[in-house]
Amino acid sequence: MKISVSMLALTAALGLAGAARADDKNVKLGVLTDMAGLYADAGGKGSVVAAQMAVEDSGLAAKGWKIDIVSADHQNKPDVGVNISRQWADQDKVDGIFDVLTSSVALAVGGVAKDKNLVYMNSGAAASDLTNSACSPNLVHWTYDTYMLANGTGKAVTKAGGDSWFFVTADYAFGQALERDTTAVVVANGGKVLGDARHPLSSSDFSSYLLQAQASKAKVIGLANAGADTTNSIKQASEFGVTAGGQKLAALLLFASDVHALGLKVAQGLQFTVSFYWDANDGTRAFAKRFSDRMANKQMPTMVQAGVYASVNHYLKTLAAMGGNPHDGAKVVARMKEIPTEDTLFGKGSIEPNGRVVHPAYLYQVKTPAESKGDWDIAKLVATIPADEAFTPLAQSTCAMLKK
Amino acid sequence: MAAAVDAQSAPSGAPGFNTELKVFAGMALVLALLPPTGLVYPYFVMQALCFALFACAFNLLIGYVGLLSFGHAVFLGTGGYVCAHAARVWNMPPEIALFSGVAAATALGCLIGLLAIRRQGIYFAMITLALSQMMYFVYLQAPFTHGEDGIQGVPQGHFLGLIDLSKPMPLYYTVLAVFLLAFLLIYRTINSPFGEILKAIRENEPRAVSLGYKVDRYKLMAFALSAALAGLAGALKVIVAQNASLTDVHWTGSGEVVLMTLVGGLGTIFGPVAGAFVITAMQQYLAGLGQWVQVIQGVIFVACVLAFRRGLVGEIAARWKLSL
Repeated sequence: MKISVSMLALTAALGLAGAARADDKNVKLGVLTDMAGLYADAGGKGSVVAAQMAVEDSGLAAKGWKIDIVSADHQNKPDVGVNISRQWADQDKVDGIFDVLTSSVALAVGGVAKDKNLVYMNSGAAASDLTNSACSPNLVHWTYDTYMLANGTGKAVTKAGGDSWFFVTADYAFGQALERDTTAVVVANGGKVLGDARHPLSSSDFSSYLLQAQASKAKVIGLANAGADTTNSIKQASEFGVTAGGQKLAALLLFASDVHALGLKVAQGLQFTVSFYWDANDGTRAFAKRFSDRMANKQMPTMVQAGVYASVNHYLKTLAAMGGNPHDGAKVVARMKEIPTEDTLFGKGSIEPNGRVVHPAYLYQVKTPAESKGDWDIAKLVATIPADEAFTPLAQSTCAMLKK
Repeated sequence: MAAAVDAQSAPSGAPGFNTELKVFAGMALVLALLPPTGLVYPYFVMQALCFALFACAFNLLIGYVGLLSFGHAVFLGTGGYVCAHAARVWNMPPEIALFSGVAAATALGCLIGLLAIRRQGIYFAMITLALSQMMYFVYLQAPFTHGEDGIQGVPQGHFLGLIDLSKPMPLYYTVLAVFLLAFLLIYRTINSPFGEILKAIRENEPRAVSLGYKVDRYKLMAFALSAALAGLAGALKVIVAQNASLTDVHWTGSGEVVLMTLVGGLGTIFGPVAGAFVITAMQQYLAGLGQWVQVIQGVIFVACVLAFRRGLVGEIAARWKLSL
């Protein structure tokens, strides 16, 4: 009797061990994003569509892989994001979390990903802290960060004569990081910062902040916010005649969806930094067409959504190279860093030891209504920032993993 | 208020005590046996328990003293923030962190209570709402709360130096034990002479005054006790969720607790627990519907007020003439 019980236990244990075999071909992806809030156009449903496209394009289903995608709305609240990702890890056995725009949520989810040993590929959040003070062996940060934005738009505007700045900043991790990184660039290029005004996330009335900016007499008003906060600031700045008074707006983070929402009449001339623009080459155009056909609102992909596609693509490529899913986040991410990244959207790149994906970035300028040939023909290329200049040099990264 | 009166009209003598004890034992048993079955997600039950405690604390005021506080989330949030700060920044063990959360909420409860109990009815509700909104903006700007980012990665530590709270099962049973003890405390309070005076104040305040009771003093004590228990709920929630955020101090939390108490049954002992479980389960399992959850909550609120004013538990108690 005793033997049969232990035999039973042994078989059960073997059975369980079998479920986590090295050639296990079940993968579950979780897309955690803002579905209805101020960043929903930059990520949202489009991020889920992008993830689905990457799974389909990988062709792994035909090779016996079973890849599921779940998605959820974190409402831009860190506590909601943490609860969802913890439940994904514990109950739904999700292997990897994607997108996670909104830096405050992104930083909070990073802790869960590390605790639960998940793959965490962030393409939506901007705070450069993700690959610096908050870096982890489970994280890969795609698409962009505040360092890249500062070195794109911030540098270009300062060099073009905008040597005194006033910031209108979203008062949370992202805005603070963007203001910090841009201040460093402005100062390094001989400019100075006269002050800042911080507004709560998802505001609707920017009048008091803009009036402070106007009173500061700074040449440049740096908008260290994003999504609907940025479009509202730009609209209200134009209504209050801030721009007519000679001050220049620098939208430090502007998504293609924001430009489209603003309209070219209001947005023309604004410069913005992206790592992906849908109309860059044949590859991106083909992707954008397929993407927009699947979207209810026919929108073109933003860089966040493109980043979801590229990160899922690289994740699945790595799993295919490993021959199965080990359900071990840190192990998969370590392997991911060994394989160079390559896709039609971001071109060739690599992942640095701190988790930062390095690829070129581009400075675009919003077209005038006369230059535009179509609804989504919104920007023209001004400059290309090579990969080695776009992101924090490894030597300057404060990531604890780099100090061995 | 009529519903509350009906449910409580049964004298709190021996027969009522018996059913209440049986129901309490049943509730404790079900909750204790729940996680090993694997039917529900333990973290969900723990969150529901925290909200149940919060609703019970709120019910202590509205159900037994007749004071509608419309800013109760501020105590939940204060307990949470202080507990999170104590655990994360001051590296306090969880029991001390919980205690500091409760102490802070109690202190704030005394302050807000002192101002609010000077007025009655709608004015009382508005004062509590105004003060809680004021505190919300304090927490939004105060450096130690980290505003929109919240306090993240709160360590769970070892409870009393023995129980490792970072493991789900020890955490679950600790939360359950704290909840049950707090629940018993509330039960004991409302069935004590002190509780009888509270009910007397609810029924007829001038008469309680004419009998020689210092009504304001009793109201303030009840308010502080309710704030302390709400703070305990908030602190416990922080230990479970490992983060404290603005969501907990937002006024919608104050509204939600009203809804929980109404759905479960105002002025019943078990009502707020049932209500909290119903509402948190809805938010958990209907999360896929997005913003529609709030619409559904609104419909439930209307249905509750129109069709069954005694709430779930209150209706059951009235039908079978039980004291619950």
